[in-house]
Amino acid sequence: MITAGVDVGSTTSKAVILDGDRQILGTSLLPTGANVVRAAERAFREALTAAKRDEEEAGYVIGTGYGRYKISFGDDQVTEIGCHARGAHFLFPDTRTIVDIGGQDTKAIRVNDRGEVLDFCMNDKCAAGTGRFLDACANVLGMTLEEIGPASLRSEKALRITNVCTVFVESEIISQLARGEKVEDILRGVHQAIAGRTAGLVRRVGTNPAVTFTGGVSRNGGMVKSLEEKLAVPVNVSPLSQWMGALGAALIALERVEGGAVRRVPATGGAA
Amino acid sequence: MAATTQAVPTDLGKTLQRDMLAKYYGALETANEDGVPVAYLFIPGNIVELTRNFGFLPVYPEINALQCGIKKVAGENIIRAEDLGYSSDVCGYVKNDIGLMLKDRQSPFGRIPKPDLLVCNYSGCNTFIKWFEGLAHFYGSEFFLLDVPYIRGRAVTESDVTYVVAQLKELIDVCERRTGVTFSEAKLRETLEYSRQAEDLWVEILNLAQERPSPFDSYFEAVFYMAPINILRGTPETVEYYRQVLREMRARVDEGHGPVPEEKFRVVIEGPPPWPHFRAFWELFKRWGAVAVASTYSKVGGLYDQGVRHDPSRPLESIAEYTMNSYTNWNLPMRADLLRKYVETYDADALVIHSVKSCRSFSVGQADFREEFVNELGIPTLMVESDLADPRYFQEAQLRNRIDAFFESLQQRRLTGATA
Repeated sequence: MITAGVDVGSTTSKAVILDGDRQILGTSLLPTGANVVRAAERAFREALTAAKRDEEEAGYVIGTGYGRYKISFGDDQVTEIGCHARGAHFLFPDTRTIVDIGGQDTKAIRVNDRGEVLDFCMNDKCAAGTGRFLDACANVLGMTLEEIGPASLRSEKALRITNVCTVFVESEIISQLARGEKVEDILRGVHQAIAGRTAGLVRRVGTNPAVTFTGGVSRNGGMVKSLEEKLAVPVNVSPLSQWMGALGAALIALERVEGGAVRRVPATGGAA
Repeated sequence: MAATTQAVPTDLGKTLQRDMLAKYYGALETANEDGVPVAYLFIPGNIVELTRNFGFLPVYPEINALQCGIKKVAGENIIRAEDLGYSSDVCGYVKNDIGLMLKDRQSPFGRIPKPDLLVCNYSGCNTFIKWFEGLAHFYGSEFFLLDVPYIRGRAVTESDVTYVVAQLKELIDVCERRTGVTFSEAKLRETLEYSRQAEDLWVEILNLAQERPSPFDSYFEAVFYMAPINILRGTPETVEYYRQVLREMRARVDEGHGPVPEEKFRVVIEGPPPWPHFRAFWELFKRWGAVAVASTYSKVGGLYDQGVRHDPSRPLESIAEYTMNSYTNWNLPMRADLLRKYVETYDADALVIHSVKSCRSFSVGQADFREEFVNELGIPTLMVESDLADPRYFQEAQLRNRIDAFFESLQQRRLTGATA
């Protein structure tokens, strides 16, 4: 028996396959694109392939992320807030605060010793301070997302970058470049701007250690450093951070199976 | 779980208020032509009993705005006002009203008459002052500002009452001059007696939400039931309306009927609803079996459940006290206390705050309420944001995500008995 968690986010879709012993058998990651249903199915199938398992073995499937209601083959949906909390707590059991920075959302979540959500805060109506903000900055500098974090760490003098608008930050960067400022100093300022905004959100739920940083942006070493500085505590980061939502969903699915739940949704039905 | 064997619970309260509003808007349509004087008023702390004394028909631009929101024309009205130069940050109600004026006051519920008198009866929202100053300019109408002192301590003071009563006397002079009608204290006492009776009945109805299940939703349904007391107070029809609604609600209690098939969560809601997406917003709660058992928005027209009453034996003084005890005129510690009291009295599981993007006067302090409730009182609190009139601020996917996550966590904690 296996369980699956499928996380259809605004930018990427992820899936995790777990066995009954909570071992991760396979994962997948692909861009969500315009067809949410298809992205969910592909993420699920690719993770099954990676796990070398068949869909028929799935005991329960939980969907999460913005596209969770489009996951027709899922038995239930759980918000990514609940899933990230569960995933982070599983990997780092001492976690009490989770900071998740994804493509469009930044969340701060407070959990208890069982990984259950006690409180959460999210950014409102605006993508400033999310992954999109970094995207915009990388774009205007002609760099990839993978390059900007390490580049920011080479800075010796962080510049002050406004953190209020993902659109206007582009013109601000251009004017900094025109002034002859160094790319790494601009980038350091960008990372600090996001970390500052995120720290404000975290303070609203309380910065209770240990803090675990999840979501796609946590792969960026520059962001990890800036966040640690702003929060004044070290943060846990897992190589699986992008799969945290899917992992949490698969863990909740397994708990459901252990509680007697059975899969009731038909298979995806053919090649995705 | 409540018995749900009976087919459909009656919904008399909503039907009757709809008919009363239709009649009211019908009378407004010909007011200017018929020579009936029209006074524009604000809902919080309105002094309609006084203007009725002179035969003024009341027009409430806030009510027109929420009706435009429900009828899905607020968006176009707002854009019309923005085309004129109103900024995107200006109150959605104001821009709806300006947009309506620019469309020759034609609304889906009839034509709104021009004002003969604009009474800014509540000054705690400073936008209200600018709103009616603007209308005074556009219509060339007389503008009267009733300066309502904000409550600084824990209650209205005697000098506050004296100050407001003196202004009410000035307003009486203005009304006499504009209408040629002489003020009658006997008539005012009679009007106030009808108000008082309706207020008593309304409080009895509100208190029924302490039942399990609550017979009605004290936010999503109370906004309909509160319409007559907000708009048509001081009339025998309004008293009769609340008598009927009380009967209906008592029957619902006897039959175990509530607004959802099974009441799973009891919440207190703070803040005005997103009118253009009212049903969609309600659905986000209904699907979790969540029922509002108390709300502050249903008290914007009067904190009657906190003992505020019009009193025929103290006509002007009780109007002054009522005016100052409008919910948004209460200071933040008083509002926080009230919210906590509601959670306790109505045995609620959580507080939900709907913050309004374009209304800072309602929304300021709500982030502090959230912090106090979560961190000091250990009461789960959700804060979401959209707007009361501007449909552009309603992001259903984001709201659903937050509301789902909130009830998910309440459900989980109920299963495992975890506390904050």
